[in-house]
Amino acid sequence: MLASAADNAGKIHYPFRMTETPIAQIRNFAIIAHIDHGKSTLADRLIQATGALPEREMTSQVLDSMDLERERGITIKAQTVRLSYRAADGLTYALNLMDTPGHVDFAYEVSRSLAACEGSLLVVDASQGVEAQTLANVYQAIEAGHEIIPVLNKIDLPAAEPEKVRRQIEEVIGLDASGTIEISAKTGQNIEAVLEALVTRLPPPEGDATRPLAALLVDSWYDPYLGVVILLRIKDGRLRHGQRIRMMSTGAVHTIERIGVFTPKMQPTDDLAPGEIGFVTAAIKTVADCRIGDTITDDRHPARSPLPGFKPSVPVVWCGLYPADADDFEKLRESLAKLRLNDASFHFEPETSAALGFGFRCGFLGLLHLEIVQERLRREFDLDLIATAPSVVYRLHLGNGSVKELHNPADWPDPATIEHIEEPWIKATILVPDDHLGAVLGLCNERRGEQVDLTYVGNRAMAVYRLPLNEVVFDFYDRLKSVSRGYASFDYQMDGYAPGELVRISILVNGEPVDALSFIAHRSAAEARGRAICARLKDLIPRQLFKVAIQAAIGGRIIARETLGALAKDVTAKCYGGDITRKRKLLEKQKEGKKRMRQFGKVEIPQSAFLAALKMDA
Amino acid sequence: MDPLALYIHWPFCLAKCPYCDFNSHVREQIPEQRSRGALLRELEWEAGRLGSRPLASIFFGGGTPSLMAPETVFRLIEAASAYFSPLPEIEITLEANPTSVERSKLAAFREAGVNRLSLGVQSLDDRALHFLGRLHSAAEARAALTAAREIFPRVSFDLIYARPGQDLSGWRAELAAALSFGPDHLSLYQLTIEPATPFAALSAQGKLALPPAETAALLYEATAEEAAKHGLLPYEISNYARPGAECRHNLAYWRYADYAGIGPGAHGRVTIGDSLLATRRRRAPEAWAARVERSGHGTDEEEALSPTERAREMLLMGLRLAEGIELERFRARAGLALSSAIDRQALTDLLAAGYLAWRGGKLAATEAGRLRLDALLPRLVR
Repeated sequence: MLASAADNAGKIHYPFRMTETPIAQIRNFAIIAHIDHGKSTLADRLIQATGALPEREMTSQVLDSMDLERERGITIKAQTVRLSYRAADGLTYALNLMDTPGHVDFAYEVSRSLAACEGSLLVVDASQGVEAQTLANVYQAIEAGHEIIPVLNKIDLPAAEPEKVRRQIEEVIGLDASGTIEISAKTGQNIEAVLEALVTRLPPPEGDATRPLAALLVDSWYDPYLGVVILLRIKDGRLRHGQRIRMMSTGAVHTIERIGVFTPKMQPTDDLAPGEIGFVTAAIKTVADCRIGDTITDDRHPARSPLPGFKPSVPVVWCGLYPADADDFEKLRESLAKLRLNDASFHFEPETSAALGFGFRCGFLGLLHLEIVQERLRREFDLDLIATAPSVVYRLHLGNGSVKELHNPADWPDPATIEHIEEPWIKATILVPDDHLGAVLGLCNERRGEQVDLTYVGNRAMAVYRLPLNEVVFDFYDRLKSVSRGYASFDYQMDGYAPGELVRISILVNGEPVDALSFIAHRSAAEARGRAICARLKDLIPRQLFKVAIQAAIGGRIIARETLGALAKDVTAKCYGGDITRKRKLLEKQKEGKKRMRQFGKVEIPQSAFLAALKMDA
Repeated sequence: MDPLALYIHWPFCLAKCPYCDFNSHVREQIPEQRSRGALLRELEWEAGRLGSRPLASIFFGGGTPSLMAPETVFRLIEAASAYFSPLPEIEITLEANPTSVERSKLAAFREAGVNRLSLGVQSLDDRALHFLGRLHSAAEARAALTAAREIFPRVSFDLIYARPGQDLSGWRAELAAALSFGPDHLSLYQLTIEPATPFAALSAQGKLALPPAETAALLYEATAEEAAKHGLLPYEISNYARPGAECRHNLAYWRYADYAGIGPGAHGRVTIGDSLLATRRRRAPEAWAARVERSGHGTDEEEALSPTERAREMLLMGLRLAEGIELERFRARAGLALSSAIDRQALTDLLAAGYLAWRGGKLAATEAGRLRLDALLPRLVR
């Protein structure tokens, strides 16, 4: 969401009429870059060079408006800015910069943003070179038919090796790097050349204003003053005030209230013509009604068919979210609802755990998405949360011929009814300096990876692996980081389902299952992970009056076991006449505390032990 | 009605020990006359409402009661004997520190009527005494023990163990040396860190580490073994006595009998009419004395205990005793049957685990149960 959308609500100046730009003078482009390679700095510089914002309103990274986006250097929501640029040919061009979400979790959102543009700037750090994430995005851009302009950034750094990185662009990506522009977004060096290249090297958009309206819904967000704001790209037809529009996937009809473009402030216009990127509002209550990739058309004269590529968003990773303090349950429910106002790709439904109490089962587009939502709940809503181990979505083929999709270990059916199980796989691309290659390949093999390709570029290797997604959601990033000392870069895309020998592992305390700790894993990993959880619980559960058996089991078969010995000693040494009241009150307090305990046979275990066991996972 | 136990608190110390969280105060000049006057007055007030009951014991605790003038001790014993009906075998204990100054007063205390001395020896090792912040030496402790045994018919002393770095053989040796004095009663306390003491601060900074629970349990078991060699049996969690030499006054607490508490911060449990009153006096010596002078007593809080509260208190005290809790007495005192005061399932589990046992109509914690009593009580108590 643009900060300006909220900050400037109510400050929209009517009437305002943009000078209509002929379609030949429009250029729509995206910037593709790895984290820290300078995408946002370049965007800032372009905004500055074209005078879109007065100097005093320039804050660093104008487009990444959420705190989280700024901090992590990632973009979560798509955003645009319309730059007005007077080119060397004397004409004034409208350059629409589309800032795309930069992470694989949002691959579909990225593809829709790219579908709204005709070209991309490929920004590569001249000292770091091509990274895995760059690769995935640039291939998407190529698939979208983009003209791509390579840009080498940070050319001012002493460590810059432009020649080497140029070769990488040719060898790894397969792009002609002869037209590469060398810049420093930090110092502003050569920014003009980038603007000129956009005008001369990118094609103008195509579209027919006389045909029925067809607009691509790129993104949407909730604004407390305006309601839902839709970011869209007009392919054909025109969008006007008061027009009744129809969402082609749902058939829902709304009346346009506001139309405009981002400069990057919200600037109203009378209409939007083919090739243009802008926003509309139409008294829409929730972003869930605005599906990314949907086609917006005119209700009375609809387009014959929707634009290609629409896909409803489906969560890929699920986990349980529980408030650390049970009293926060209602607050968590409200906070999740508020977040969903602005993020329709995330799902939640109430869930109850015997060990953790009341919480929610939540679905996410990927691990980063999960992390972002958790982080926002913590920060923006001040919630202390516990997450159960993330799970992917399995397909259970049952004996009766039906297929059940399952992401919650608690829903695991009687194993006798399962014919076979399929799990989702990914295709992962990992770039790593060759000194760490052995360790990375070892990790991939340990995680049931299948090598697809292994090539070298200079002293770096690019490994392409197929991996089961469930092996990746379980601490893969952390391990990859540690085995490569942070040098590996990683990206992935979903790559279908394949049968796997999967089992549900239950964790038992004194023979009784702890629902929140059960998980689904491949048979080969079950024992090691079961043992690790048992050992961790042994450390976390306070000693009791009785021995506590901690076990991991697949069905009735125990695969790991730990025994927590009985408490050795716990008694007050001195207790005389003056201590009785204090001791009684302490006893009463302890009895109160037992309400937060969960009974396992003869022992009572504080909820905090299970919470701590899950926290260590995070 | 049970005979009464009378507790008299003398709050003054020469220095505060770093482990102690008792109501003790250091004053440049101990206000002897004022304190004596106020104690006598509060005793008179309390006796006035209790009536002339049989008196089983008097206990001078502190603080450091051996800092009292023997005259004060005498006057209080004399007054108590007049207000109440002392039993012929009345036990009159005074806590004393084994410094040479206080040793010189022992005969005078005996003269005043004290018949049992409880010496705060704490250790027979000079380095340990220094660590514990004590003002006496091991040599002074030995001299005081010898003197006390000559002067008093009954002598007990305290030791503190499970100190940082203390091992099993070291403690056995120290305890054996103490037992060679032939006491018929010993209080052997494991060092614990009490909130708002200098030791608590050190512990929070990580500068004081007590032995782990496993080691503490071993030390505890070794303590019972060593004491048993000299015929001293554990009749309460930290108290060991030759049969018949148990401290009758402290037994009144653990058996949850009536006791009156006189002096700053003193607690009492006294039956008046149908009520069992929990009483507490003001803690600060001056504020307490002022209140006594104004109203005849320094009571800060007094409340009648409900049957549930009485039951809980009786359980948490009674299970400290090896003898356990007598069912009939429990019902009479708490106004509640034991079966209504405890969780039946927990009782079954704890009996099966050997933490509790029935002993001739009494419910008792076994040695293993007493060792874990603080964990056991929240489960057992309903």
